[in-house]
Amino acid sequence: MTSEPFGDLIDRCRAAEDDLVRRWRADVAASLRGRISEIELDKELREILDAVLSAVASADGADTRSAAYGEVRALLVDLSRGRALQGFSPRETAISVFALKKAVRDSVGTGPEFTAFSDVIDELGLFTFESYAKTREEVISNQAEQLLELATPVVKLWQGVVALPLVGTLDSARAQVVMEKLLQTLVDTGSEYAIIDITGVPAVDTQVAQHLLKTIVAARLMGAECIISGIRPQIAQTIVALGIEFGDIATKATLADALLLALGRIGVDVTAEMSKRGL
Amino acid sequence: MTAQELPISGDADVVRVRQAVRAAAVQAKLSLVDQTKLVTAASELARNTLTYGGGGGALVEQVDNGLRKGVKAVFRDKGPGIADVAQALTDGFTSGSGMGLGLGGARRLVDEFAIETAPGDGTTVTVVKWAR
Repeated sequence: MTSEPFGDLIDRCRAAEDDLVRRWRADVAASLRGRISEIELDKELREILDAVLSAVASADGADTRSAAYGEVRALLVDLSRGRALQGFSPRETAISVFALKKAVRDSVGTGPEFTAFSDVIDELGLFTFESYAKTREEVISNQAEQLLELATPVVKLWQGVVALPLVGTLDSARAQVVMEKLLQTLVDTGSEYAIIDITGVPAVDTQVAQHLLKTIVAARLMGAECIISGIRPQIAQTIVALGIEFGDIATKATLADALLLALGRIGVDVTAEMSKRGL
Repeated sequence: MTAQELPISGDADVVRVRQAVRAAAVQAKLSLVDQTKLVTAASELARNTLTYGGGGGALVEQVDNGLRKGVKAVFRDKGPGIADVAQALTDGFTSGSGMGLGLGGARRLVDEFAIETAPGDGTTVTVVKWAR
């Protein structure tokens, strides 16, 4: 049964289905530049076309939110998810739907019922774009979470010595995470020394310094000493020019020097071994 | 590279300004130490724009005085302005919760430093670092 606004458009589309899919696939394939195989694309588009034609032919054909469009929506969600995860651009994703309009116009021709059909495609295109954006947002929020976890490892270097290699920008949110993690690790491992390595921090400004100093004071309150390592020449000169004072906090150029200092303070003698190796 | 106009309205923008300044400093062939100094100064000023000026914008551009290349950065906000510039530049003075070293420190990190401000009229800080 064909609903009124679409006239015999659906029947004509069905009759010209092969030609329609061919034109549609050509348009989509041109924009995807061979990143999806023709066979795969053909199958994908045929499924969507079949579902769209069935839905449009149903009693609720004009309403893309109706139950009749359930299958179409599911297929489009699959399509946009796949495209988003494979890194296709919004344009390349949306064209997969919008190109159907052109294919129908070229293959079946326009008529008064084409406007209604065009509205349906527009709605479906918007729907595709929405689910594309949603998938991208999921990807981004997953990455942000992974980054925050990645960014703050506290590693045990020796009995009683832990190291905190900082990489990247130390903003307030990260400084808070770093401090919590360090203090908790100090308790868990019963460590007396913590080495904060800033080799991977691109710029040490007053905010970064302030966060570092607060972390160190907090660690001191818990009975642990902190050593800052990884101060490169340019960072040292910048810190001096800024006028930041680290006071009596031990600082070293490399993590190795800092570890040696910490080992010396807890009474581990490594000098003999090192001289044997010519270090 | 032409001038680059960047908005400053959040922490992420401070990072973006820093990256833009670093890219410009590399292009102008500043030494690693000078790059770091300029980037740090930009970081301080961008954060001041955000924290005390309530947000604003930064303009980063390469400059050339015929003899040397350099990078100029201008930070603008429409905030409350600074009533006493000399006091604001004093080490250890802060109207917020920082260390009070940012503005004075930034001045020591660059070659040219200019500040235009009036109470209620916003603040514009211009810095230039020349390649040696």
